[in-house]
Amino acid sequence: MAKKFLSGDEAFAEGVRLAKPQVISAYPITPQTIVVERLSEMVEDGSLKSEFIHVESEHSALSCAIGASAVGARAFTATSSQGLLYMAECLTYAAGGRFPIVMMNANRSTALPWNIYGDQRDSVSQLDSGWIQVYAENAQEGLDLALMSYYIAEHKDVSTPLMVNLDGFILTHTYETVDVPTQEQADAFLPAYETENKLDIDVPKNLAFSAGPEHNYIFKYKEHQALLRAKSIIAEAEKKFAEIFGRQYGGLLETYLTDDADYILITLGSIAGLCREIADYLRSEGKKVGVVRLRYIRPFPTEELAAAVKNAKVVGILEKDISFGNEGTIFTNVNSSLFRSGINIPAYNFIGGLGGKNISHEDISEIFDRIENGTEPVNFIGIEASEK
Amino acid sequence: MSITARDLCRDEFFYGHKACAGCGGSLAVRNALKVLGRNAFAVLPAGCMSAVGFNFPQLCFANNAIISTFAGTASMLTGVEAGLRAKGITDFTAVGFAGDGGTADIGIQAFSGAIDRGDNILYICYDNEAYMNTGIQKSGLTPFGAKTTTTPSGKNIHGNIRPKKNMFEIAAAHDIAYAATATIGYMEDFLTKVQKASEINGTKYIHVIAPCPTGWGVPVSDTVEIAREIVNCGLWYLAEYENGEFTLNRNPKQFTDVSEYLKKQGRFRHLTDDDINLIINSRDEKWNKIRKDWKFGKD
Repeated sequence: MAKKFLSGDEAFAEGVRLAKPQVISAYPITPQTIVVERLSEMVEDGSLKSEFIHVESEHSALSCAIGASAVGARAFTATSSQGLLYMAECLTYAAGGRFPIVMMNANRSTALPWNIYGDQRDSVSQLDSGWIQVYAENAQEGLDLALMSYYIAEHKDVSTPLMVNLDGFILTHTYETVDVPTQEQADAFLPAYETENKLDIDVPKNLAFSAGPEHNYIFKYKEHQALLRAKSIIAEAEKKFAEIFGRQYGGLLETYLTDDADYILITLGSIAGLCREIADYLRSEGKKVGVVRLRYIRPFPTEELAAAVKNAKVVGILEKDISFGNEGTIFTNVNSSLFRSGINIPAYNFIGGLGGKNISHEDISEIFDRIENGTEPVNFIGIEASEK
Repeated sequence: MSITARDLCRDEFFYGHKACAGCGGSLAVRNALKVLGRNAFAVLPAGCMSAVGFNFPQLCFANNAIISTFAGTASMLTGVEAGLRAKGITDFTAVGFAGDGGTADIGIQAFSGAIDRGDNILYICYDNEAYMNTGIQKSGLTPFGAKTTTTPSGKNIHGNIRPKKNMFEIAAAHDIAYAATATIGYMEDFLTKVQKASEINGTKYIHVIAPCPTGWGVPVSDTVEIAREIVNCGLWYLAEYENGEFTLNRNPKQFTDVSEYLKKQGRFRHLTDDDINLIINSRDEKWNKIRKDWKFGKD
């Protein structure tokens, strides 16, 4: 293992190198670009033996990855924002075909107005596409997820594509010290991709076919079951990962000071660190607060979330997303899960960070205050009355 | 080395599908696969051939075959080719069969990208000159004057007002390794080009006219005949592009009657003499250029 000073994009590229995808197809888009630049360099210097395909669009990036995956090759692509939306047709295609492609998405706002900075409306808008979705908090987790993603996606019980999300700029362009594992460690962790779900020169198949109402329904049911099964494979992957690399993640979600907390802030992505810091500060003032960081939101951690907040009096959900005309989509998902788990406590939604707007420590202190003292169901934070 | 009916294998690779009687597209796919054989990895976008051949659990390809997104024929072909190569498999042909809309309209970007990269794929466009699978709507390859369900002929407008996009020369303008035009009316010429293309490294494009009796308004028994007449009357030509040069494969001394070709088809029956003269003039203009600039090869 070597310590390196890397941005989130660079760390992710290191993780991809260790995972040794056979085909990489990618189209540049800020703030994903550095990932594909580094991967190109790795292919050039011979440290990564992949077919690097310079596609002419994101639609082709994922279509090409599907073609590669359909012959049993390990495939990688990366995108962001408009690019993710442009390839949206291929998202459901990859999921329905059960092609375990791994894609990094640099979370970025979507037009209009144009904006290159980070929010999570791009990936959250695609929650129903059938992909596993995970959100990293820092560069190290990004690298580790690049490796773990293939383990999870390619597992025969899952066989589902997986999207790793890194907050644009905040993670993709921020440098941290990162442990880069050795290839031997990576190889010990990640088996070669083996599948029967492929076009095969020895056993010809027809794939990606049409299915009428009766069969189609069963295929969709099985697709759903595979995502639910991914929960236990995620746990299995993290256990094996910890054994080899010595780093342990919390599975579908991570909790912080939640055991005895009355007020819990639920969030995802890079903002979780600041939330924990504020929680520490509030704890020092005697406030019983905690934080839940959702890591995976597909499959959604219904049981794990219920267990984490079952003793809380109130929860808040902070997200960089809004489903216009309703509320934040993470809020909807959390509420549904809590309701289903029989947990009937007030929940408040805090929308922040849209278009890369900074979420300050004052904002988070205020969120905790409003969770404790009550507020509107849906709140846009950091917006002045005169701007409304 | 030309291919004749005698050279074709008896094996069927596209069989038991539910294409309409007299379907030109299915004939092109069926026979091209007989040339390419069992190691063809076929990619077909949403369209007629995928709609008739891939209905689970009745899957009609004996070789490896997969449906791509409508826009993604070429990009999926690229992935299939790269994936097989990365896995150390070399003895195969990655072949795409896309219709005119899938090629000249929604798929043209991915197609251009594949040629630009020089990907080792064979892309066959079976051109029935409209979106036939959805019920005869105008595509970028619908010819001037043709009536479709989105270019009706009435008092004010006589069908499609624009000429066909020239996909053959668009492909050639990329300096593609090999491009050719063909028609199922001259099957041996088409299959010889398929064979030749399969032996060339790089991107190959074959544009084959494949009439749709339903959309063209001809009897189902006349598919092959009408596909032959389109060449005989000069509204299509058999040609190749290779090593930076165009070669005309067939140079008719005299064209057959254009108006006879048109009047046989329901889609052109409304055309006036003025419309037909426009078609004849544009044909002659094209042939003057061809005869001036292109080499002549043998049929």
